[in-house]
Amino acid sequence: MSVYGPVVKIHPVVLASICDSYERRNEGASRVIGTLLGTCDKHSIEVTNCFSVPHNESEDEVAVDMEFAKNMYELHKRVSPTEVIIGWYATGFDITEHSVLIHEYYSREASNPIHLTVDSALQSGKMNIRAYVSAQMGVPGKTVGVMFTPLSVKYIYYDTERIGVDLLQRTRVTPSRTKGLTSDLSQVACSAARVQDMLATVLAYIEDVLSGKVTADNSVGRFLMDLVNKVPTIPPEDFENMLNSNINDLLMVTYLSNLTQAQIALNEKLVLL
Amino acid sequence: MASRKESSSAATTVMASTGGTLDSPVKQIQIEGLVVLKIIKHYQEEGQGSEVVQGVLLGLVVDDRLEITNCFPFPQHTEDDADFDEVQYQMEMMRSLRHVNIDHLHVGWYQSTYYGSFVSRALLDSQFSYQHAIEESVVLIYDPIKTAQGSLSLKAYRLTPKLMEICKEKDFTPEGLKKANIGFEHMFEEVPIVIKNSHLINVLMWDLEDKSTVADKHELLNLSSSNHLEKSLQLLMDRVDDMSQDIVKYNTYSRNLSKQQQQKHQYLQRRQQENAQRQSRGEPPLPEEDINKMFKPPQPPPRMDTLLIAGQINNYCQNVKEFTSQNLGKLFMAEALQGHN
Repeated sequence: MSVYGPVVKIHPVVLASICDSYERRNEGASRVIGTLLGTCDKHSIEVTNCFSVPHNESEDEVAVDMEFAKNMYELHKRVSPTEVIIGWYATGFDITEHSVLIHEYYSREASNPIHLTVDSALQSGKMNIRAYVSAQMGVPGKTVGVMFTPLSVKYIYYDTERIGVDLLQRTRVTPSRTKGLTSDLSQVACSAARVQDMLATVLAYIEDVLSGKVTADNSVGRFLMDLVNKVPTIPPEDFENMLNSNINDLLMVTYLSNLTQAQIALNEKLVLL
Repeated sequence: MASRKESSSAATTVMASTGGTLDSPVKQIQIEGLVVLKIIKHYQEEGQGSEVVQGVLLGLVVDDRLEITNCFPFPQHTEDDADFDEVQYQMEMMRSLRHVNIDHLHVGWYQSTYYGSFVSRALLDSQFSYQHAIEESVVLIYDPIKTAQGSLSLKAYRLTPKLMEICKEKDFTPEGLKKANIGFEHMFEEVPIVIKNSHLINVLMWDLEDKSTVADKHELLNLSSSNHLEKSLQLLMDRVDDMSQDIVKYNTYSRNLSKQQQQKHQYLQRRQQENAQRQSRGEPPLPEEDINKMFKPPQPPPRMDTLLIAGQINNYCQNVKEFTSQNLGKLFMAEALQGHN
C-alpha cells in the first residue's frame, strides 16, 4: 500500500506520555486527546513531545479547552523554542466525526496537522499506532468532505533514548514490574550474554544450513564472512603487548584514584583532630 | 532470559545492602519509565551547549518509598528576569498539570552532570532549601555521557540529617564541623532507585520491540576508553589542585594560630617576670592588659568548600574505578576472542 505524504517519526517519550495520560483520564471519559509538538521538514515530521488537553465528549457535541492548550504550548515553548505544534493525538481505535472538528481547529494552529491514533484500550489486541493527514475529497462544487489518509510511522531514538528504552523493556520480565539499576561489571556481563545469545542463534542457523534443512542464502553467507573477518589477525606478541599496555594503563589509573581517596580521607581525619 | 532474571535478582540484593544503612524517611525511589525518557529527551535536545539542564520531579510518597510519576523541565537561564519567570512558570505548569490529573506534588528536582561533577555549593543550597521545605525530596543526577556509553546512569541523592543541621546553623568553621563529626562521606546519601512501569507501558514496550529494528546498541562493549579516561583524569587533577590550595590556606591559618599562641604565651611570661621584678622593687605591678585586643585571632577559613571538594574528588575516583573495572573486563574478553584465532 503506497502512502502519500511525509513519514512520521515518533519518539518513545510521546507514546509513553499518551499511555500515561490515558491511564489518568477522568471518570467516564472514553478517550483522551492532546497536542503533538515537534519539528517538520520536507519529507518527514518528527514528533518529540506532547501534552494532553482536557476535553468533554458526548454523543452530539465535543468541547475542548483551547485556552489550556494555548497556555501549555506557551510554557513548553519556553523550554524548547524549536518545537512547534504539528498535530494532535487521540486514543481509541477509530476516527469519529468529532475528530474532524478537532482537526479543523488544529489546522488553524499548524499548517498541515497530522492526527495520531493510539489504541490504548487494545480493542484490536495490539496497540495500533497510526498517523493520518487530512485531505479534501468530494465532487467540486458540491459538499466537500474530509478524508484521513494514513501515513507511514517510524520510531526513532536518540542513542541515549535507546539505552533508556532497553532498560525499561527489562521491566517486562520481572513479575513485580520493577527493575533496579545494575552496576559495574554486571552490565558488561549482560551485554556479553546478549552477544552470546545472538551468536547461538547464528550457529543454529548454520547447523541447519549444513544439514540441509534450510537453503543457504548467499547474502547471509556474506554477512557471516564479514563477521568472522572482523576479528583482526594480529601476531600474538603484538597483541600481548597491546593488551598488557592497556591493562597497565587501567591499573595505574585505579591505583591513582585509590591513592587520592586515601589521601583525602587522611586529610579529613587530620583536620578533625 | 534466565540470565537476565539472575542478574536482576543479584542487582536488587546489592541495592538492598546499600539501602540498609539509611535512616531517613525515604528508603527507596520508584521511578516511572516515562520520567526516565523525559529526562533523557530534555538533555538531548536542550543540553548540548550549556552545562546543566534542570527540572522538577512530581510524585507522591507511599510508606517509605518515594514514587516519581512525572516531571517537567525548566527553561535555561538566558534572560535577566529569569527568577521571577521561574516561580511563575512552575506555578502555571503545576496548575495545568492538575487539570489533567497528573500528580502535582513537588518531590524533588533533577539535574544533568558533566562527567560526574555535580558536588557544588549551588547544588547544596538548592537541595537544602528543597529538603527543608519537603522532608522527602531528592535530587536525581543524570549522567548523559556515561549513559551514552551503554548503561543508564541515574542516581538519587539526599543530604544527610547531620549536614542539614549544619546548613541550618550556617556554622562552617572547623570547630563546628568537628562537633558534628562530618566527613565528606557523610554529606550525601544515595537512595536506591527502582524503575516501575504500568501494564499499559509494558504493552507499549512489547509493541516497540516488534516494530523497531534489532539495531542493538553495543556501546557497552566498546573498547576505546582513553578519551573518557583522559577527561575524567583532567577534571580530577583540577579538583586536586583546588584541594591542595585549600589545604595550604588551612595550614597557614593553623600556623598563624599557633604562632599567635606562642606570642601570647611569651607576652604573658614577660609580664609576669616584670611584675615579679617590680614587686621585688616595691613598685605597683603593671595593669593587666586585655590580651585578646592585642592579639587578634586570625579568621578560621570556612571548611564547607573543602568538604565539597573532597566529596567531588571522591565521586570522580569512584567513577574512574567503575570505568576501569568495566574496561578490564572488556579487555579480557577481547583476549579470549583473539586466543581462538
